[in-house]
Amino acid sequence: MAKVPVQFTLNGAEKAEFIDSGTTLLNALRDKIGDTSPKGGCHQGTCGACSVIIDGELRLSCLTLAETCNGAAITTTSGLSEGGVLHPLQRAFLDAFATQCGFCTSGMIMAAKVLLDHTPNPSRDEVVEALSGNICRCTGYEPIIQAVLTAARSNSQNAA
Amino acid sequence: MALALQTFSTVKDANAALKAAGTRYLGGGTLVVRAANEGDVSVSSLIRSTEPALSAITVSGGKVRIGASVTMAAIARHPDLASLAHAARAVGGPAIRNMATVGGNLFAPAPYGDFTVALLALDATVNIDDGELPIETFLAKRESNHAIITAVGFTFPADGFRFLKVSRIKPKGVSVLSIAAVLEQAPDGTVSSARIALGCMADRPMRATAAEKALLGRTLTSDGIAPTLAAAGDGTSPVTDPIASAWYRNEVLPVHLGRLLLG
Repeated sequence: MAKVPVQFTLNGAEKAEFIDSGTTLLNALRDKIGDTSPKGGCHQGTCGACSVIIDGELRLSCLTLAETCNGAAITTTSGLSEGGVLHPLQRAFLDAFATQCGFCTSGMIMAAKVLLDHTPNPSRDEVVEALSGNICRCTGYEPIIQAVLTAARSNSQNAA
Repeated sequence: MALALQTFSTVKDANAALKAAGTRYLGGGTLVVRAANEGDVSVSSLIRSTEPALSAITVSGGKVRIGASVTMAAIARHPDLASLAHAARAVGGPAIRNMATVGGNLFAPAPYGDFTVALLALDATVNIDDGELPIETFLAKRESNHAIITAVGFTFPADGFRFLKVSRIKPKGVSVLSIAAVLEQAPDGTVSSARIALGCMADRPMRATAAEKALLGRTLTSDGIAPTLAAAGDGTSPVTDPIASAWYRNEVLPVHLGRLLLG
């Protein structure tokens, strides 16, 4: 099958690849570009482990065809730390023991980042709603919710 | 996965391409790509159109037109569709709502398709490139539909639109069932017209016509709606799936219909 070109910005860097038509963004990111931070969980749109941010919106990379992302700005969890310093969400997840096996963590952080980008001081209910498409089988969710609330607080303290 | 994606700038060209064997229209991907990921090899080529009208919402004089590519998230945040927002938010989690389209929801099999339940209660029309169909006609034969849905249209009721989704997981879970109703009441409080639509009570959204009939001329009180609740299960044949059995869905339908009507 003929390859098709895709070109988008990934975590601020221009990326261009030739892929098989019909390749999901998840597979293009992981297998072609080498960004393995989005995880392939269910491939059904149920678990949220593959969540990425496309043009500011949370999307599931397992159900998104890479070709439909031409020209888009894509953010993944691997692009959050700067100069070896973890993003406040990553720091809070570590500090709050919000990650156990770690498989859902990347998707959880993407969902939380979109929330905090739009709602810097969310209520607990808003955090629960924002994470409602992401499944975690380890933590029981409470440490994750607390981590997001903690990250929001540390963001607002830094901004003050 | 041997899939090929073809993108067309007009619906007309996309419709022409869709005539080839093994093609399927790609909306938000939450149904079609999901099927491909699951190993559905009946599709070899995906077709999509980027015509701007497919992504437009227009509201004028109580008439609403929602383009087929409009997402659930776009409906939920649209200022003129506030009373529909909770029906749009009933679909999936935040990421799914950013992807799932109105057009795709029309094809979602039970236990999905909650927004279509709302559209059925609203007596929507389903638009294709060269005409439109009443939503009930469309739903009855949706498997044989080969034309791209371009939009749905309906007249917004001044008030009286009600929607409820029952799921076991809060805030996001798959439907046990969903119910939408559009009711008009006479000045004395009796119901003068009723459209009630049910989700998960058949393989696709259905009207509860016996319940609607039983509601006419009655007041929205426990006694007034009793015959309606007794008739709620007429004609249903719910799905049995990991969420709930058909028996359970039939048992709880009158309870939730009662809550919707009295709420």
